[in-house]
Amino acid sequence: MLTTFRICRFNPEAESPRPYFQDYQLATERSDTVLDALIRIRETVDESLTLRCSCRGAICGSCGMRINGHAALACKTKVASLVSPGETIHVEPMNNMPVIKDLVTDMAGFWEKIRQVQPWLQPTGPEPEGEYLASPEAMNHLTGVMNCIMCGACVSDCAALEVNPDFIGPAALAKAYRFAADPRDGNSASRLRELNVPGGMWDCTRCMECIEVCPKGVGAMDRIMTLRAKGIEHGVPSTAGSRHTEAFADIIEQKGRLDEPMLAVRTFGLTNVRQMFSFLPMVVRALIRGKLPRSGPLHRPIPGIDRIRRLFQRVKEPR
Amino acid sequence: MKYAFFPGCVSKGGCPELYQSVKQVYPRLGIELEEMTTASCTGAGVLQEKDLRLGDVLNAHTLAVAEQQGLPIMTICSTCQGVMSQANHRLTTEPGYLDNINRVLAEEGLTYHGTTTVKHFIWILLEDVGEQKLRESVKRPLTGLRAAPFYGCYLQRPTAALGFDEQPARAQSLETVMALLGAEVVDFPGKTRCCGMPLLTINEPGSLKMIAHHTADAKEHGADVMVTPCPLCHLNLDGLQAKAAKYDQTEIDLPILHVPQLLGLAMGLGPRQLGLKRNLVSTQSVLEKLDVA
Repeated sequence: MLTTFRICRFNPEAESPRPYFQDYQLATERSDTVLDALIRIRETVDESLTLRCSCRGAICGSCGMRINGHAALACKTKVASLVSPGETIHVEPMNNMPVIKDLVTDMAGFWEKIRQVQPWLQPTGPEPEGEYLASPEAMNHLTGVMNCIMCGACVSDCAALEVNPDFIGPAALAKAYRFAADPRDGNSASRLRELNVPGGMWDCTRCMECIEVCPKGVGAMDRIMTLRAKGIEHGVPSTAGSRHTEAFADIIEQKGRLDEPMLAVRTFGLTNVRQMFSFLPMVVRALIRGKLPRSGPLHRPIPGIDRIRRLFQRVKEPR
Repeated sequence: MKYAFFPGCVSKGGCPELYQSVKQVYPRLGIELEEMTTASCTGAGVLQEKDLRLGDVLNAHTLAVAEQQGLPIMTICSTCQGVMSQANHRLTTEPGYLDNINRVLAEEGLTYHGTTTVKHFIWILLEDVGEQKLRESVKRPLTGLRAAPFYGCYLQRPTAALGFDEQPARAQSLETVMALLGAEVVDFPGKTRCCGMPLLTINEPGSLKMIAHHTADAKEHGADVMVTPCPLCHLNLDGLQAKAAKYDQTEIDLPILHVPQLLGLAMGLGPRQLGLKRNLVSTQSVLEKLDVA
């Protein structure tokens, strides 16, 4: 099958360095991965094409790049799974990190954020005579998140990082979860407090890109949600994020459905009147167009609310 | 084609025009609906940040009620759809989990057997109504209207829960429907990205940047209008577009339609019937383009 690869090129040593796309046509076999194809292009067509790879078996995490708009390991992506004959495959470097050359990105910032969560066990209390023990169930629970190979795919496609480079990001948060949820670790509470800051665990926009692109099924966003739940459980100081979650749950328990104005007031209102008022033009426009949602006593609970409240209560009961 | 109709909070709250417009279009497609009045909010992924199991109990309750009625569920909100799909996926694939949740439902005399299907309206149009019937419903083809799709997150990810393996056409459902109605589909990179809504409370500038970026980008790609199957995306892209444009010091003015509003226009319905005057970004340019008085 003749396949066209449209590859994003960038040479920092060019006279006026800027990224551009270059097309390469290559005969590909059914068994070829994108990495096989890229290596063949480098070896037989254009030796200046720069990429990073090592194991070729989805273990080392070196060949992260964007393939047809989504981050993936080139070695784990079959050419035949992407295109019909004659179609073009777009290959670009990972997003949300600086490009060094062509498909090679600078991961220094990635590692800096991983280090920030102190990714090592911090047991407290007296040292046991033998090993630190953990139940098989607890370790089984952590195997998913321990599968992370630090390829950077989740960071590349993270929508929250795109608008806030200071966000600690999905990889570091998943790593933080790995230790905060380890029964041998004694520092969960302080770990959670340190993530309860601007740019921390509440800054994820829940877009699920990280879940979808992870080649190892780490499910970073799911881990971030559990960090938030643990944070609330540990009583970390309230943020707009945690107030939003708590208010949301309260409103559903009381009414069975959302009371949007109430949610906004309880999230911003009492602590950030200025931000609250900045939404006034939208509120006025909505009012004029007859679409301002009802709130407070005017917004009645759903029929059968008693059953919903009982379900809430029953889940809260200790199992 | 009868469904248990799960309208979701926002179609009854911040986006009443969505509820209004779907009520106008569904009878014209041979769809029958029975509205689920006792079903709670899905939790929208927010309640799940506090307690995932609680969210699954609430959704299992909704799924069990529909199961008792013997009806599949129809949603009109990507977020409702995604959150219920994810809950249904966990309940039907994680060993022992359904029994665990059923123990909570048991005291209400309910058991969920894991058989309820949940479908977004846009999927129903293609999978149940079918192309032919949809085409036949078109009285005013949207010829010349350049429309950009905006899925947002929940109707695209995670694919495992959304049934994309069995129904791969779902990934392109919005474009397919728009083209069947006669519109010219404007593809742009942001169509499956986050609208910024969940970020609004914690990082408002970031949320506004997302709105400005996606709407301006769609416009640069030639779009006259953007269409979304998610009312939460609509709240941000339509409701806060003016604020985002001001923040970004730019002018955007891109009308954002709900799916049934676009469909209703193609069916020849009027702007009043479809609640088009309730959209905060004026939809006048769309009406002019289609020669609707």
